[in-house]
Amino acid sequence: MQLQYFLILAAALFCIGIFGLITSRNAVRVLMSIELMLNAVNLNLMAFSNYLDAQDIKGQVFTTFVIAIAAAEAAVGLAIVLAIYRNRDTVDMEQFNLLKW
Amino acid sequence: MNLAEGVQIVSFGLLSLMAIGAALGVVLLPNIVYSAFLLGGVFISIAGLYLLLNADFVATAQVLIYVGAVNVLILFAIMLVNKRQDFVAIPRAWIRRGATALVCSGLFALLSIMVVSTPWSFSTGIAAGNSSIVTIGKHFFTDFLLPFELASVLLLMALIGAIILARRELLPDDSVAELQQPALTLPERPRELIAVGAGAPERTIAQSLSDQNN
Repeated sequence: MQLQYFLILAAALFCIGIFGLITSRNAVRVLMSIELMLNAVNLNLMAFSNYLDAQDIKGQVFTTFVIAIAAAEAAVGLAIVLAIYRNRDTVDMEQFNLLKW
Repeated sequence: MNLAEGVQIVSFGLLSLMAIGAALGVVLLPNIVYSAFLLGGVFISIAGLYLLLNADFVATAQVLIYVGAVNVLILFAIMLVNKRQDFVAIPRAWIRRGATALVCSGLFALLSIMVVSTPWSFSTGIAAGNSSIVTIGKHFFTDFLLPFELASVLLLMALIGAIILARRELLPDDSVAELQQPALTLPERPRELIAVGAGAPERTIAQSLSDQNN
C-alpha cells in the first residue's frame, strides 16, 4: 500500500513545482521550481525502483543520471540569469518580453 | 528498510509533511532567500524518503549534490542578483495565480486517481538494500555505460557553457582600453551595449555591489 503514498507525494510536489514555475516573477524562483519538479520525478523513479524492481534497481541508476543532469542544468540556467541581470539590471520575468509578439 | 511498520509510516508522514510544507514555502514566500533555504529543506526531506526506500547511495548523492552544490549555487546566484527593489505590480495578477492553482490541483487529482486505481505488480524479490551501490556500479559499467559516458560529456559541456555565459564583461570606457594589456592574458571580447529602458550602461560585479552598498 505504501507505493501509492510515495507516488501521490511525488505528484503533489510536481504540481507545486508547476505552480511555482508559472506564477513566479523572480527568475531564480523559476529555476528553484524546476528543481522541485525534477525531485518529484526522482521520487517517483525511486518508489517504482523499490516496489517493482527491487533486485536490479534500475530506477536508482536512472535517478542518479537525473540528479547529475539537473545539477548541470541548474548551473547553466543560473549563469544565464546572471548574464541577463548584467544586461537588463532586473530579474523580473515580466520584463523579459523581447520574444513576445 | 529493517524498521517496524509503524516507524516507517510515522517517518513517511513526517518527511512528507516537511517536504510539502517546504515546497509550499518555496513557491509562496515573497522573500527569495527564505525560499532558497526551504528548498534545501525539500532536498533533505527527499533524501530521508530515499532512505525509507532502501536507497542509501542515492540518498547520500542527493544530499551531497543537491544540498551541497545546487542549493549553494542558487544562494550565490541570489546574492549576485539581489536587487532589493519590489517588482512593479501587474494589474489583475490574482487571475493568473487562481487559474494556475486550479490547473495544478486538477492535474494533482488526475494523477492521484490514476495512482490509486492502477493495479501495480509488486515485485517479490529481495530488496538490494546494503548492496545497492554494488548493483548500481555494475549497471554503470554494463547496461548503462553509454548514458554514463554521455553524462560525463554533458557535465563538461555545462561547465564550459556556464563559465562562458557568466564571464565578466569589459567596461566600454576609454581608460580601460588604454591600459597596457600584460602579456599572456586573454583580452575579453567587448560586447555591444543593449538598449535598456533607462539606458543603464554595462557594469562589472564590483561596481554593482559598491553601488548597492552606497
